[in-house]
Amino acid sequence: MKATAWLRRGSPFVWVSGGLLAFALLMITTLVGYIAIKGLGFYWPKPLVELTTTTGPVLGEVTGHEAATAEDPERIQIRTANRDILGQDFRWVPVSEIQARTTPPEALVIERLENGTFFGSLWRITQDGKVLAEGPGAPEEARRRLAEAKALQRRIQSMEKDEVGSLNQKLEDLRLRRRKLEAKGEPTAQAEAAEADLHNRFQHLQEELEAFRAQSNGLQVTLRTVDGQEKELSLAGVIRIIPVNTIGLPRKVSVYLARLWEFVWDDPRESNTEGGVFPAIFGTVMMVMLMSIMVVPLGVMAALYLREYAKDGLAVRLVRVAVNNLAGVPSIVFGVFGLGFFVYTLGGSIDALFFPEKLPTPTFGTGGILWASLTLALLTVPVVIVATEEAIASVPRSLREASLALGATKWQTIRQVVLPGAMPGILTGLILAMARGAGEVAPLMLTGVVKLAPSLPLDAQAPFLHLDRKFMHLGFHIYDVGFQSPNSEAAKPMVFMTTLLLLGIVVALNIFALRLRRKLRARMGGSTF
Amino acid sequence: MDPETHLPLPEPVVLGGGRDEALPAVQPLEGKPASLPLTDTAALVAPPALEVERLNLWYGAKQALFDIDLQVRKNTVMSLIGPSGCGKSTLLRSLNRMNDLVDSVRIEGSVRLGSEDLYAPGVDVIELRKRMGMVFQKSNPFPKSIFENVAYGLRVQGEKDRLTLEEAVETSLKGAGLWEEVKDRLKESALGLSGGQQQRLCIARALAVRPEVLLMDEPCSALDPIATARVEELIFELKKEFTIVIVTHSMQQAARVSDFTAFFWLGKVVETDLTEKIFTNPTNRMTEDYITGRFG
Ligand SMILES: Nc1ncnc2c1ncn2[C@@H]1O[C@H](COP(=O)(O)OP(=O)(O)OP(=O)(O)O)[C@@H](O)[C@H]1O
Ligand SMILES: [Mg+2]
Repeated sequence: MKATAWLRRGSPFVWVSGGLLAFALLMITTLVGYIAIKGLGFYWPKPLVELTTTTGPVLGEVTGHEAATAEDPERIQIRTANRDILGQDFRWVPVSEIQARTTPPEALVIERLENGTFFGSLWRITQDGKVLAEGPGAPEEARRRLAEAKALQRRIQSMEKDEVGSLNQKLEDLRLRRRKLEAKGEPTAQAEAAEADLHNRFQHLQEELEAFRAQSNGLQVTLRTVDGQEKELSLAGVIRIIPVNTIGLPRKVSVYLARLWEFVWDDPRESNTEGGVFPAIFGTVMMVMLMSIMVVPLGVMAALYLREYAKDGLAVRLVRVAVNNLAGVPSIVFGVFGLGFFVYTLGGSIDALFFPEKLPTPTFGTGGILWASLTLALLTVPVVIVATEEAIASVPRSLREASLALGATKWQTIRQVVLPGAMPGILTGLILAMARGAGEVAPLMLTGVVKLAPSLPLDAQAPFLHLDRKFMHLGFHIYDVGFQSPNSEAAKPMVFMTTLLLLGIVVALNIFALRLRRKLRARMGGSTF
Repeated sequence: MDPETHLPLPEPVVLGGGRDEALPAVQPLEGKPASLPLTDTAALVAPPALEVERLNLWYGAKQALFDIDLQVRKNTVMSLIGPSGCGKSTLLRSLNRMNDLVDSVRIEGSVRLGSEDLYAPGVDVIELRKRMGMVFQKSNPFPKSIFENVAYGLRVQGEKDRLTLEEAVETSLKGAGLWEEVKDRLKESALGLSGGQQQRLCIARALAVRPEVLLMDEPCSALDPIATARVEELIFELKKEFTIVIVTHSMQQAARVSDFTAFFWLGKVVETDLTEKIFTNPTNRMTEDYITGRFG
C-alpha cells in the first residue's frame, strides 16, 4: 500500500534523477579538481632532497614512487633538473641503493632562461673576471645583483624587439617600394639613399646593443652540482634563486605567485615546455572574438531570412536539414575546407591582387588568424542559426502585430521589435558557439595555428591588427607540449596548467556572454522570454 | 453607394425631449443598461468614414465572413457584438489588412476608407495602416520605455525631431488619460505599468499617429471594472476626433459607449442599427435572444 503510493508519487524517479545529477556534478568536480591539483601543485616550491647512494649523491625533488615489480625493484622518481649536464630531468633511484637522505640547507633552486632549472649550489660570482664573492656568501651577492642584471636584460630585449624590429620593418617597406619602382621602371636613387641611411642607423643600434650585451655578459656566476660538476652562467640568464630548504611559508607563497604570474604573462621558452603561455592565451581569446564578430551577423542574417522572408517550402526545409547536419560534420573537414578555399583560393587571390610585390612570400595565401576564425565561424554558424530561429519564433506575435498596425514596415518591425526581443536567444547561440569554437583544435592546425608565433596578431606596429599573422592557441599548445615536445615528462605540469587555463578562458568568455544576456533580459522586462 | 440601402436609419433622433417621440415603440428590456449614450443628431447624418461592401473572407477552404455590409459613420462608435467565433475579430483585422499576415487568407469584396478602396491592387498597405489605429485584446506594449512606446509610430514614419516627438507623446498620453500617472516616469519600461495602464498606453500609442479610425478588439476584456470605466470614458472622449470600431462581449459596454451596433452570427451580420434600437427594440429575433442572454 505504502509502496504503491511511493511509486505513484514518482519518488523513485526523483531519486534516480537526483542521484544522476549528483553523479554528473561529481564527475565534473573531479575532472576540474584533478587538473587543478596536477597543474597548480607543480608551482609550489618543494624541498630539495639529497640522497647518498651507492652510485654517488643525487639532489632533487621526489616526484614519484613505484612498488617493486617483476623486473624492477622498489624505486623512487627524482626530478634532478640540470638537463644540460645530466641530459634529462628525471631519474629513478632504487630504494635499496639509498644510504642516507637529507635536506641540505645550502641547496638552491636556480631557474634559468635556458636549459631549465638548476638544482645545486652557487659557488662564485664574478664581474669581468674579477671575483665579487665566493663560497657561502656568493648566493646572497648574486641575489642582490639579480634585479640589476634583469633590468639590463629587459633593456636589451626591448631594444631588440622594438627598435630593431621597427627598423627592420622600415627597411622591408623601403625594399618593397624600390621593387615596385623598379618594376615600373622609375628611378630608384632616392629610395636607395633612404635605405642606405637606414642601414647606417641599424649599424649604430647594433653597436649600442653589443655594448650592452657585453656589460650584461660580464656578470657571471658559477654553479656547482651536488656531485661537484661546475657550470658557468651569465647572471642575466637567471630568473630566480631560491634557497628552497630554508625559506618560510611567506616566501614560498610569493615564489608560487611569481611563478603563476610568469606562467600567465610570459612568452614560452625551451620549445614551450617552460615560461608562460601568454601568446597562446592572447591568440585563443582573439581568435574567439574574431569568430564571434563574424559568426553572429552570418548566423543571424541566415536565420532571419529563413524564418521571416523565405517562403516555407521544400527548399527551406532542405536548407534547415542541411544546416542541422552541418553541425555534425567533423571539424577537421572544416579545416580542410578552410585550407583549400580560404587559404589557397581566397588568400591566394588577395595576394595576387594586393600584395604582388611580396610574392612569392605569401601574405594572406597562408594560414592566419583571419582564416582560422573564419573557418571556426563556419563551423559554429549552425548553432547560431538554430538558436536565432528559435529566438525569433519566441518573439510574441502580438508585438509584431502591434508594430505593423502602427504602420511599420516588415523590416522596421524586425529591426525594432523582433531582433531586440530575440537578442537573449541569439546570445545563447553565441555562447554555445564560443564554447565550441574555443575548444576546437583540429581545423586550426590546417588554417593558421603554430607552435611558436614570433609576434602577436595585435601590436603597436601599423596597421596594429595583423589578420594575416599566424597565432598560438591554448588547445594546440596542450597537444604540442604534451605530445610533440622532446621532454614530455617535464612538460606534464604545463599540459595541466594550460588545460586549466583553457577551461578558465572558456568559462570566462561564457560568463561574459551570460552577463550580457542577463542585462538584456532585464531591459526587456524579462516577462516574455 | 446610398447609405440608406445598407443602414436603415430611423428618423433622426433629437436629443432630450425628442427622444421618446422618435422611438415611440421602445420598451425597456430587462437588463437594459441604465444609461444609453445620447446619440446626437450630427452622428446620424455624418458621412460614412468606413464602408464595407460584400466582404467575403476564407481561411483556407473555410469561409469565415459572408457578404458583410457595414457602414461606420464619421465620429461615431460602432460596436460589433456576437458569440465567440462569429468573425468579429476577423472583420476588424480585415479593416486594416492585418489578415495579410495569415498565409491562407483569401478576401473578396471591398472596404473603403474615405474614397480609397483598401483592397484595390497597388494600395500601399503601410500607408493605410497609418490611417488606422488598432488596440488589441491583450495589451501588448513593446519592451521599451513608455516614451518610446508612444513615439514608436512616429519614429517608424521617420520623425526624428525630439520636440515634435515629445509633444506628440504628451498629447497622446493626455488623450489616453494616462499623462498624469506616467509623466514622471516616461523613461521607465512600459512593462512596469499595471494592466489597465498598459492598455491605455496601447491606446495612446495608437493615437500618436493621428489615425482616422480606431479599431479596438475587446480592449477591456482583461481589465478590472474601474479600469474598464476609464477606457469607456476615454472612448466617449475620443469619438470627438476619431471614428471608432469596437469589438466587445459586454452588452453593457456596447450599450454604454456605442452609437451603432452590429450583431454578428456565424460570419454574417444579422442586424445593424442604432444601439438604442438594437438594445430596446431589435428587429431580429436572434438579436433579441442574444441580447437578453437567452443564447450566446
Ligand atoms: N488565423 C486563422 N486561421 C484559420 N481560421 C481562423 C483564423 N483566425 C480565426 N479563424 C476562424 O475564423 C472564425 C472567426 O474567428 P474570429 O477570431 O474572428 O472570432 P471572434 O468573433 O473574434 O471570436 P471571439 O469573440 O472569441 O474573439 C473562427 O471560426 C476561427 O476559428
Ligand atoms: Mg476575437
